[in-house]
Amino acid sequence: MSKISDTAIVGIGQTEFSKNSGRSELQLAAEASLAAIQDAGLTPDDIDGMVTFTLDSNDELDLMRTLGMTELNWTARGPFGGGASAATIQLAAAAVASGAAKAVLVYRAFNERSGRRFGQPDPNGYTSTAAGPDFHFSYGLDTPAKIYSLWYQRYLLKYGVTNEDLGRYVVTARAHAATNPAAWYYGKPITLEDHQTSRWIVEPVLRLLDCCQESDGGVAMVVTSADRARDLAQPGVRVAAATQSHRKGGLIMFDYYREDLSEFEETRTMTERLWADSGLTQNDIDVAMIYENFSPVVFLTLEGHGFCKRGEAKDFIKDGHIGLSGSLPVNTNGGLLGEGYIHGMNNILEGVRQVRGTAANQIKDAKHVLVSASRSGMILGPL
Amino acid sequence: MSKDDAFFWEGAQEGRLLLRSCASCGEIAHPPLPMCPHCHGLEWGTVEASGRGTVYAWLCSKHPNQADDKGRIVVLVDLEEGVRLVSNLLDTEIDEVTAGAPVAVTFVEVDGQILPQFRMTGDSA
Ligand SMILES: [Zn+2]
Repeated sequence: MSKISDTAIVGIGQTEFSKNSGRSELQLAAEASLAAIQDAGLTPDDIDGMVTFTLDSNDELDLMRTLGMTELNWTARGPFGGGASAATIQLAAAAVASGAAKAVLVYRAFNERSGRRFGQPDPNGYTSTAAGPDFHFSYGLDTPAKIYSLWYQRYLLKYGVTNEDLGRYVVTARAHAATNPAAWYYGKPITLEDHQTSRWIVEPVLRLLDCCQESDGGVAMVVTSADRARDLAQPGVRVAAATQSHRKGGLIMFDYYREDLSEFEETRTMTERLWADSGLTQNDIDVAMIYENFSPVVFLTLEGHGFCKRGEAKDFIKDGHIGLSGSLPVNTNGGLLGEGYIHGMNNILEGVRQVRGTAANQIKDAKHVLVSASRSGMILGPL
Repeated sequence: MSKDDAFFWEGAQEGRLLLRSCASCGEIAHPPLPMCPHCHGLEWGTVEASGRGTVYAWLCSKHPNQADDKGRIVVLVDLEEGVRLVSNLLDTEIDEVTAGAPVAVTFVEVDGQILPQFRMTGDSA
């Protein structure tokens, strides 16, 4: 029986990342998908499976019609938004490993800046009396920045992490974006002072520069078997492991009701599975791509994966470990703060490029890349 | 508001902070659930909380694009009953809030709805 580790990502494609794409979300999905399929040296007729997010507005059959595909035999969607971005690859790889599909197209496309912005309160009003009261929205938790900050604040409090500490991550990510031509902030590095003088978005946790770049754009990938990958156009990138972890008592976004909010419990338990499934450990990871809708996530995720002890991510980052020449380069594309926020999916593409050896900020001899979205993750490696 | 949490808001209208407790095993579930995750019972009663608790975490909620928005302090309150609530902290400033500060419930009308909110009591915890 084949396993997830018998599958590979064989094609990647994307549109530009912008603040106003000027075209429909379906067009973005189609452009990115065709680019990924062609990158693999395949045609749309070779695709028989599709995976995206529950939140994606592009219907599978609409995309199928647009690409001119003949038949589709597998569909699946991952819940939880960005936290499950890495789960899309698990869903696609599981389909290929089981034989349910031969080649799965993974896509995510949206006009998240020019259309409905995640970062703004819902114009329909979560707090309106028509909707009735709610345990969260009625109290003013009406944007992701606020919703997430209520956990982050506990982490900052417990370990004495300051907003300036967060800023050191942001400066690093923006330095990576500055040398990545595909990044929104290409050529625009910042200083710690720039970070510290940006306005509060959620006092006392997040400043403007701690927040990801809401963007328009599409990304896509093709997953097929490792055997078939050897005959395709690009060097295949093995899915050495891919998993999710969701824990008792947990909630998405409003995850306030477990005893200790100063760690990412799911990241810790997911990591145990990733190491067990891949036979690798922290020491084998050459690059880490970490989902960060907001800067504190990087700190909690680094600690959850065991790259440093709890509360010590601020020192790990301050000591330069996550830079391009550090012991664990993190978010070499600039991350979602620097390259763009395509719901975490652009970080997977960067992982693929690092293993292929084609990244703008290529890490020499990068062999194994961890792509983490805190509660879903994967390890990418050579065939 | 749903079938599972209507009791909470009805209680608030009467100035009572009600929590859902399992009729079989007494487990308190918040936010409320339709089935007791402990014993799988489907019958629920309510217990009235004392309204006393301590601050676990907090932030200031302002509109992201409206700099003059005065903002609301959003807190996580750990109630004496062992339950955590999201609420607002009234009559204080963001830099006066401390972890573990004792708080007590108060019922305030916001946008036509009575919400349980909290004030710091100044007691030693
Ligand atoms: Zn029970």
